[in-house]
Amino acid sequence: MAEQFVCKASEFKDGERQIIRIGEAEIGVFRHEGEFFAYSNYCLHQGGPACEGLTIARVEERLREDKTSMGLYFSEKDMNFVCPWHGYEYDMRTGEHVADRRVKLRKYDVVTKGDEVYVVA
Amino acid sequence: MDLISDRGRRVTVEELNTSKLLAHAAKQARDRKFEDVLIVDCDAHHYENENFGEILPYMENDVLRQLAMSSRAKQGRGNVMPSGFGYQDMGGRVTRYPLRSSEKTEGGRQRDAQLGERWMDAMGVDYSCLFPTGMLNVGLHPQKEMEFELCWAYARWVTEQALPDSNDRMYTMISLPFSDPEGSLRMVETFGDRKGVGGFMVTSVREKMAVQDNAYMKLYRALEERGLTLAFHSGPHWGSHTFQSCNRFISAHALGFSWFNILHCTNWVVNGMGERFPKLPVLWIEAGLAWIPFLMQRLDHEFMLRPSECPLLKKKPSDYMRDMFYSSQPMEIQDMEALETTFRMINAETQLLYASDYPHWDFDLPSTIWDLPFLTDKARHNILGGTAHKLFKLPPRNEGQKQNLIKYGSYVGA
Repeated sequence: MAEQFVCKASEFKDGERQIIRIGEAEIGVFRHEGEFFAYSNYCLHQGGPACEGLTIARVEERLREDKTSMGLYFSEKDMNFVCPWHGYEYDMRTGEHVADRRVKLRKYDVVTKGDEVYVVA
Repeated sequence: MDLISDRGRRVTVEELNTSKLLAHAAKQARDRKFEDVLIVDCDAHHYENENFGEILPYMENDVLRQLAMSSRAKQGRGNVMPSGFGYQDMGGRVTRYPLRSSEKTEGGRQRDAQLGERWMDAMGVDYSCLFPTGMLNVGLHPQKEMEFELCWAYARWVTEQALPDSNDRMYTMISLPFSDPEGSLRMVETFGDRKGVGGFMVTSVREKMAVQDNAYMKLYRALEERGLTLAFHSGPHWGSHTFQSCNRFISAHALGFSWFNILHCTNWVVNGMGERFPKLPVLWIEAGLAWIPFLMQRLDHEFMLRPSECPLLKKKPSDYMRDMFYSSQPMEIQDMEALETTFRMINAETQLLYASDYPHWDFDLPSTIWDLPFLTDKARHNILGGTAHKLFKLPPRNEGQKQNLIKYGSYVGA
């Protein structure tokens, strides 16, 4: 397994992303709430740059006890990243498509060594 | 560049460069050797409202031109074009919408031609049929005079300024002012022979449009005589009474595109237009494909019970529908067996034309056709470009493409 340097952790701000290449593979690395997540940058829909678009909190619809809708809300805890080509929306923590969990981007391990961030591929 | 995300949070994304955004599409094209495949995109778009400064002066009527141009002037208060409701950009998730104005082009050449070249080159597309975007709502304009003027002005601009700047890689099917049958006929007579005009297009988003009305027969005859294609380009219309119970854009969008083509295709078929104009190529655009098997089955079923209401028909409605053409996008690809059945039912090998709909949010790449596991090589080549080569007389761009067209039986000359 090869390790690819991403950047210094101190220079990788929360909410930002880096795109790196390891051979033919393109990998998006996110820093979210202090943690690092890395996924294939090829969208499972039509191959778009899945990690290069907007990050946005999951949209939820909240219901009352009687099943009436309270409307739409941004999630307090779940963050997604969105392929900019068509809007395929993936769970930041798992790489799963939020509408069909079977559709899942390849996930890569991220390790930190001191102040350095590496992706393992 | 920053985009607004949840709770006003700002997310930095790179400025738009179409070639860079579509770098993965370019890799697909290289991997599949699309260079040797003639690929024609029969439905692509630009944002003509960004060119109204050039388009509106082509309006013929002095008073309507002054009204339209004044409405766009600084502090103008008018709306020259009907606009629809909706969120095509998904709140900025499809980043090319909010970033569009940031893309840099070179001076001295039509910006839309340059942008078109970038995405065509990335996808491996050789030719694209250029359509407007906002003008797809022109059929909702309350003034048929203004509808004619806008269509006329756009036709002049696209044939005199945009297409000549495209290095012969863009063609068009000109939007007809369908509320004005006489005006539509005049459009065909005026623009039908111009370079880059492959046919004429009816914007299907119309509350009241009877394609079978006697007033249109001269128009259809004129198109048929010239060997031009008649296309119906669908769209959503959330403001329509039909869709006012829809509380989400997805509902109005998914139904609207299908609905307007279903509506007009039904009237076309039931009234025997295929018998009246058997040599007129008719193309149904941007409603996906799933509506076609539904309508075939529905009409065939009722036709067997009520043939007295369709006395012009000499075969089943589905047979007439198989004589017509369909654009592929947005191709419903969730159930591969259902899609394969659809391809069989519409004779996709000869009747289906690839469309990207780029740059709109639900565009399809050529690989969506190329990678289908159930297609023959002949079908792949025909759908991606061979059928369009025959319909629109677009020459292959290299010897490899020519040889493939010959190999798969669709070559009709340069």
